[in-house]
Amino acid sequence: MANTIYSINGPVIKLKNTTDFSMLEMVYVGKQQIIGEVISVNRDETTIQVYESTTGLQPGEPVVGTKAPLCATLGPGILSNIFDGIERPLEDMAKAEGGFIGVGSSLPALNTDKKYDVTIRVKVGDVLSGGDIYATCPETALIEHRCMVPPDLSGTVVEAVENGTYTVNDPVVVLEDRNGKRHSLTLCQKWPIRTARPFKERKPIDRPLITGQRIIDTMFPIAKGGTAAIPGGFGTGKTMTQHQLAKWCDADIIVYIGCGERGNEMTQVLEEFSELVDPRTGKALTDRTVLIANTSNMPVAAREASIYTGITLAEYYRDMGYHVAIMADSTSRWAEALREISGRLEEMPAEEGYPAYLPSRLSGFYERAGYMVNLNDTEGSVSIIGAVSPQGSDFSEPVTQNTKRFVRCFWALDKALAYARHYPAINWMNSYSEYVDDLAPYFREKVGEDFLTCRSRISKLLAEESSLMEIVKLIGADVLPDDQKLVLEIAKLIRIGFLQQNAFHKDDTYVPLEKQFQMMKVILYLYDQAMTLVRKNMPVSNVVATGIFEKLGRMKYDVPNDHLDLFEEYYRDIDQQIAASNR
Amino acid sequence: MALQLMGLQQINGSLVVFDHVKNAGFDELVTITLNDGTVRTGRVVQIEGERVVVQVFEGTNGLSLNNTTSKFTGKPMELPLSKELLGRIFNGAGRPIDGLGEIYPEEYADINGQPINPVARIYPRNFICTGISSIDALMTLIRGQKLPIFSDSGLPHNKLAAQIVRQAKVADDNGQGFGIVFAAMGVTNDIADYFKSKFEENGVLERVVMFQNLANDPIIERILTPRCALTAAEYLAYRCGMHILVILTDMTSYAEAVREFSSSKGEIPARKGYPGYLYSDFASLYERAGMIKGCKGSVTQIPILTMPNGDITHPIPDLTGYITEGQIVLDRQLSQEGVYPPISILPSLSRLMKDGIGEGYTREDHQAVANQLFSCYAKVADARSLASVIGEEELSPSDKAYLEFGRQFEAHFLNQAENEERTITQTLDLGWDLLALLPKGELDRIDTVLLDRYYDAYRANRFRKKVQHMNTAKSDEEQA
Repeated sequence: MANTIYSINGPVIKLKNTTDFSMLEMVYVGKQQIIGEVISVNRDETTIQVYESTTGLQPGEPVVGTKAPLCATLGPGILSNIFDGIERPLEDMAKAEGGFIGVGSSLPALNTDKKYDVTIRVKVGDVLSGGDIYATCPETALIEHRCMVPPDLSGTVVEAVENGTYTVNDPVVVLEDRNGKRHSLTLCQKWPIRTARPFKERKPIDRPLITGQRIIDTMFPIAKGGTAAIPGGFGTGKTMTQHQLAKWCDADIIVYIGCGERGNEMTQVLEEFSELVDPRTGKALTDRTVLIANTSNMPVAAREASIYTGITLAEYYRDMGYHVAIMADSTSRWAEALREISGRLEEMPAEEGYPAYLPSRLSGFYERAGYMVNLNDTEGSVSIIGAVSPQGSDFSEPVTQNTKRFVRCFWALDKALAYARHYPAINWMNSYSEYVDDLAPYFREKVGEDFLTCRSRISKLLAEESSLMEIVKLIGADVLPDDQKLVLEIAKLIRIGFLQQNAFHKDDTYVPLEKQFQMMKVILYLYDQAMTLVRKNMPVSNVVATGIFEKLGRMKYDVPNDHLDLFEEYYRDIDQQIAASNR
Repeated sequence: MALQLMGLQQINGSLVVFDHVKNAGFDELVTITLNDGTVRTGRVVQIEGERVVVQVFEGTNGLSLNNTTSKFTGKPMELPLSKELLGRIFNGAGRPIDGLGEIYPEEYADINGQPINPVARIYPRNFICTGISSIDALMTLIRGQKLPIFSDSGLPHNKLAAQIVRQAKVADDNGQGFGIVFAAMGVTNDIADYFKSKFEENGVLERVVMFQNLANDPIIERILTPRCALTAAEYLAYRCGMHILVILTDMTSYAEAVREFSSSKGEIPARKGYPGYLYSDFASLYERAGMIKGCKGSVTQIPILTMPNGDITHPIPDLTGYITEGQIVLDRQLSQEGVYPPISILPSLSRLMKDGIGEGYTREDHQAVANQLFSCYAKVADARSLASVIGEEELSPSDKAYLEFGRQFEAHFLNQAENEERTITQTLDLGWDLLALLPKGELDRIDTVLLDRYYDAYRANRFRKKVQHMNTAKSDEEQA
């Protein structure tokens, strides 16, 4: 007997008296064949969440199971594409259906007509196991796509086609497993989005994800394979920071998940990224980017799935041996989708209406990050940078608090800084990175022996400033002794000249580590020299009057990234001005 | 297929329950005819087998379990659309109330709309000159943007909205025509009349579509009001190629209607009793602003909301701020000091501004001036709090300069008459005049080239003289 809909409540539908479905199975609902997923099963009732609008759906319409969980299609054609939360191609849909997203679209995720230049990497008789690469093709100008044997399959190659052009669905290799069963492999494969793709082992974290943003790279670095959270109220620049990271971080592949955010922002990413050029390779940024766009007005259940779709794509590229970074904007919207569906299921809420399983879902997501040795012995990493939008900018709310438990890097955005247009508005007193110690050997070796010493001096000065400001607020700066006045001046210089970074300035939008290091050194040199004057009882105002502080404040603009030799001049200048004010 | 049903199973608040209904569709429109012949409409909100829950828009007053005949229409709620909508007035559920008869529809559209495919959007870049300095310079409105006004009871948000409507109407109009869709949700009769008379004054009444759900109208209808308005706006923008400005007031009343409806359904509340889906619900309205590839028109939204108790972290402004592309925040203290429009610039923001200004749009120095004004004004607050502790006399010279800057900024940049229209050049020059009150070294957000081109210490004196002149003129006038 066919299974039919019994009840409908928003995106949640229920079926009666059926035992045909298994947990997390993907189903087609109704005459329009809307995609849904089974989320609870018992003797009397099966509950399904539907990924599209249920308007017009009637009880009695059929529900058909697929006997498989919700899967992502993995193959060439993912990069520079844009998908919705369940990997439907938005670009193709716009071409086929116009400007609005309708119901029941059944376009394949990957373009099935496009032909790729395939090089076959195996020959008949080779023994392959899960993860082994059997074919490669250039997916974009930047990235070579490596087709891998699905992780759960192994066997001997019995057939292999010649090198040539093939579409994603053309069989290229036939594998015979131990039981004599033949499997034909195409350029693509499927993988259930809620299951992490297997790997051989986790490697310790030892290198940074370089972002070109001073406050991140120097003060609160994130590692390749690491996790970070960016919490901040609206208007504090979460999305801006995410965009900057997506543009400039040194990962091979970027997966940008727009989860329950604004439509115009996704359009902006699409437009901007196709114009921008990757500084390392000289190719368009879109060549290494894939976008998942489930904007706030698209169905809420697909929003919940979008995070998993994104990370599955990321893991797939990691398996090929790439370093992948995921920007999830924003995980709070995803948590809210969980809450909304949980409410429709009439589950007992825990905190603020969020379901009790919120922490375990969050940890399940963040734990899929890591620096791995893959099944095919290549190394790759998945780094996750998740934005959090705390309600009422209150960091004590459940999503922020639970996220904090599972990430090791916390970039707290600050309303006061954003109001003063200090961008990136990352508060240096509340943020932290637990990766500093892991990355210490890298910084020492690759950047400079005293990089970390400089870093800790800078952060000490900032901390001193913050406690001095308490006094200044009460009695003004004039009454402070000169050495403390100098601390205030230097800290101001650090804030404006170093921490503040202009995303729209061609040299300042991305700053290599070397320049960051040089900038720190120059600032600290000025501090040391000025301090010697102060010790001789010279007033700080003398030094300030020379304008050297302002000059250093502008060095981020005045020293181009490819002319770091110009820093020499600053040292000379400091010496001169200090000597001048010593008179 | 239309089903006729006698009687009801249960009535609970605005919800009625039918039993033994076969083939009811989710979200379907239901008409309920009372024995005395009055017709009410409702919408299917939940189906469980043959038991169907329907939300009645006009309320359930006078309904009993056996005095009704109901019909399931088999389609969702649709709005009749045609170009004749312009100049008409409708109630919250989209029925004409101006006595001019029904609309002759060219097409019908589902009022819930459909999400715009992000790929098909055009990224908004066209600057709309509102003639209001603080908005143009610091939180620029862009065509296709959704920029709410966060206000509080007693602040002149309506006046500001009316001024924007008047002054923003013709900027860069390539003969495509502009129109205004005005949705009143839970506002008083006076306010609806105020807008109507303002539209009339400006001679735009025949270009306005009004949807009115006033404070004493049924609450459930209020949930439909913005949807009807936006459906009309989308039709006029994407089908007729017009530039449409949508004003939604007051979103707080709308959210309260959603809360009331949610609690009558017995849903689990999230924050302050609002349902967990309030964010998605807001998004389904706000995200209907924008521009679409292949269509000439645009939908720009200015929702107005009153922050309960002036609290910006209340769920309504909070969730709105997360969806909209910025916000204009009004401030009671400024208003009491006599500043109009009393825009508190620090928490205000336009996210689309950065791409719609600068060379080719407004002027090369726009972004730099805006950043510098923001950053200087932030320091004014510090200087003021210090002055309140140690007294103004004790302040350092730079703090004193900031205090003067703050005073002049509020008096001459923020403050502007209700009928005063400033061009963007005037506004930016005024910005430089004010920045000249500060020492050059304090201007750390402007790069050296622009600073050399525009900064001029004499500006400050000229400006002071002008202000003095204006003040004497004013006092002369008063004496006369």
